[in-house]
Amino acid sequence: MTLLSVENLGFAYGRDRPVLDDISFTVPQGANVGLVGESGSGKSTLLRLLLGLESPQKGRILFDGAPLQARDRRYMHAYRRRVQAVFQDPYSSLNPAHRVQRIVTEPLRSLKIPGDHRQMAEEAITSVGLDPDTLTRYPHQFSGGQRQRIAIARAIVARPELLLADEAVSALDLSTRVRIVDLFGEIAQKMTMVFVSHDMGVVAALCDRIVVLDRGRIVEAGETAAILRAPQHAYTRSLLSSIPRMPAGQPQDPS
Amino acid sequence: MALLTVETLTLATADTVLVEDLSFTIAPGERFGLIGESGSGKSLTSLAVTGLLPRAITPSGRIVLDGTEVIGASERALGALRGRAVATVFQEPLTALDPLMPLGRQIAGPVRRRLKRTGEASAAAVTAEVRKLTDQVRLPDPERLLGAYPHEVSGGQRQRVAIAMALACRPKLLIADEPTTALDVTTQAEIVTLLLDLVRDEGIALLFISHDLGVVGQVAERVMVMRNGRAVESGPAGQVLTAPRDDYTRSLVAAARRFDDALEGRP
Ligand SMILES: Nc1ncnc2c1ncn2[C@@H]1O[C@H](COP(=O)(O)OP(=O)(O)OP(=O)(O)O)[C@@H](O)[C@H]1O
Ligand SMILES: Nc1ncnc2c1ncn2[C@@H]1O[C@H](COP(=O)(O)OP(=O)(O)OP(=O)(O)O)[C@@H](O)[C@H]1O
Ligand SMILES: [Mg+2]
Ligand SMILES: [Mg+2]
Repeated sequence: MTLLSVENLGFAYGRDRPVLDDISFTVPQGANVGLVGESGSGKSTLLRLLLGLESPQKGRILFDGAPLQARDRRYMHAYRRRVQAVFQDPYSSLNPAHRVQRIVTEPLRSLKIPGDHRQMAEEAITSVGLDPDTLTRYPHQFSGGQRQRIAIARAIVARPELLLADEAVSALDLSTRVRIVDLFGEIAQKMTMVFVSHDMGVVAALCDRIVVLDRGRIVEAGETAAILRAPQHAYTRSLLSSIPRMPAGQPQDPS
Repeated sequence: MALLTVETLTLATADTVLVEDLSFTIAPGERFGLIGESGSGKSLTSLAVTGLLPRAITPSGRIVLDGTEVIGASERALGALRGRAVATVFQEPLTALDPLMPLGRQIAGPVRRRLKRTGEASAAAVTAEVRKLTDQVRLPDPERLLGAYPHEVSGGQRQRVAIAMALACRPKLLIADEPTTALDVTTQAEIVTLLLDLVRDEGIALLFISHDLGVVGQVAERVMVMRNGRAVESGPAGQVLTAPRDDYTRSLVAAARRFDDALEGRP
């Protein structure tokens, strides 16, 4: 079943030239789709459209079979119940005046989800590898990667059906990144995910499908394994060939 | 003589020790990499070096940068040091950019200050230098981007503006805290080449903080690995990244190989 379907989407900020042009793809229920592409190619803009924060000038977005109505407040309230996001700049999305507890439980309150919010927040915050004590402090008292994980905890606390994640693991050290990728892998069993990342290794580990954007257009889309094995488009090939690999040497087994 | 000496540095709040007993040096023109766990104290260490620690955090130990004792220095002495001796690309570019000022004017600020120090700071010279920097960091469409505000450009574009601002200073020490996290690999490769060229041509030393071991391997000659506020391992980059001795470093290298493997289609 298709959860999200994007049809011939076109978008421009103001009178500028289009940032997105004729974008079409579908996201099956339960799938993890990786969205990759050069800086400025329109990935974050596409997520803003999927979240209903901007409306397309052309084309449409279907969620669960019905068109997304970004201007309809009642519709959007119901939509937000099912969709959460992790933004690219975690700090600016965390209210500096609020304690982490209030930030993480915000979706639970605004969606009027019943239950013990304190305990749900604790579960979410420990699942991203942070101390429960984090909840009593303020965002500025944390490191970049800790803030990014606070944003992830907020996005998963209400168990959304669809998670839109924009560079959600880019500020994390590798062992923490593995932990979060595993966590996403676990919850992804009951969740659909659109995952923007410039880290092809993470995309390869987490996503079953990849969509490649280049200057606002889709230049390639398909199964991850197929794209990694035989990238068709020149841009995809350059994307894959410029990945900095680990220096050569004997792989060390930590065990 | 070392450009930067950090000796038994400890950083603490009223009730917690965040960084403990850290010592390292960076020679002029040297490329030094700092890696480690999220929350291990990398950014705080770099803030301590420039005297920009949050008020709640007290440093002790010794930091000498370009002959100046940083801990205990007056705000004036630190102001003189910043820009001339050291410039930083901060981890979260959005927090370092003024939301209400067009990006072109933000880059022009440090350019003008440097040109004033060395003589000619005419409007034309400043504009020319700003354009040169935007080219160097590969900012596309400069006509639009230089007039745009921070929230009107993409994450990677903001990050490149922050890099251009730090490069504009031509410091002796460039601190780059995760400067390529928001960049796709092709742009990242260009920025890394740019940094390496500048460091070589201008003799700039580099304190490079990154989670990306592949990038650190390309950039740094020497690396230090941090965990829980302490250094767990340091040494030549090639050695630490291929034959790590510490358990934590080993787990990092294993994780990096896991993502490399995923790319090769080996789950
Ligand atoms: N509010 C805005 N007004 C005008 N142009 C914008 C605005 N926001 C983004 N843009 C431009 O739209 C283009 C696409 O930006 P977007 O943020 O979607 O890119 P991205 O693929 O997420 O890039 P990155 O990998 O750097 O985050 C860029 O050229 C950017 O400068
Ligand atoms: N203002 C503050 N008050 C109290 N604790 C703080 C403050 N700023 C940072 N910390 C704590 O100090 C520790 C070190 O933070 P720092 O930002 O140096 O980490 P980091 O190594 O840069 O991590 P990351 O890789 O996630 O950016 C963290 O545990 C953080 O929670
Ligand atoms: Mg983006
Ligand atoms: Mg940091």
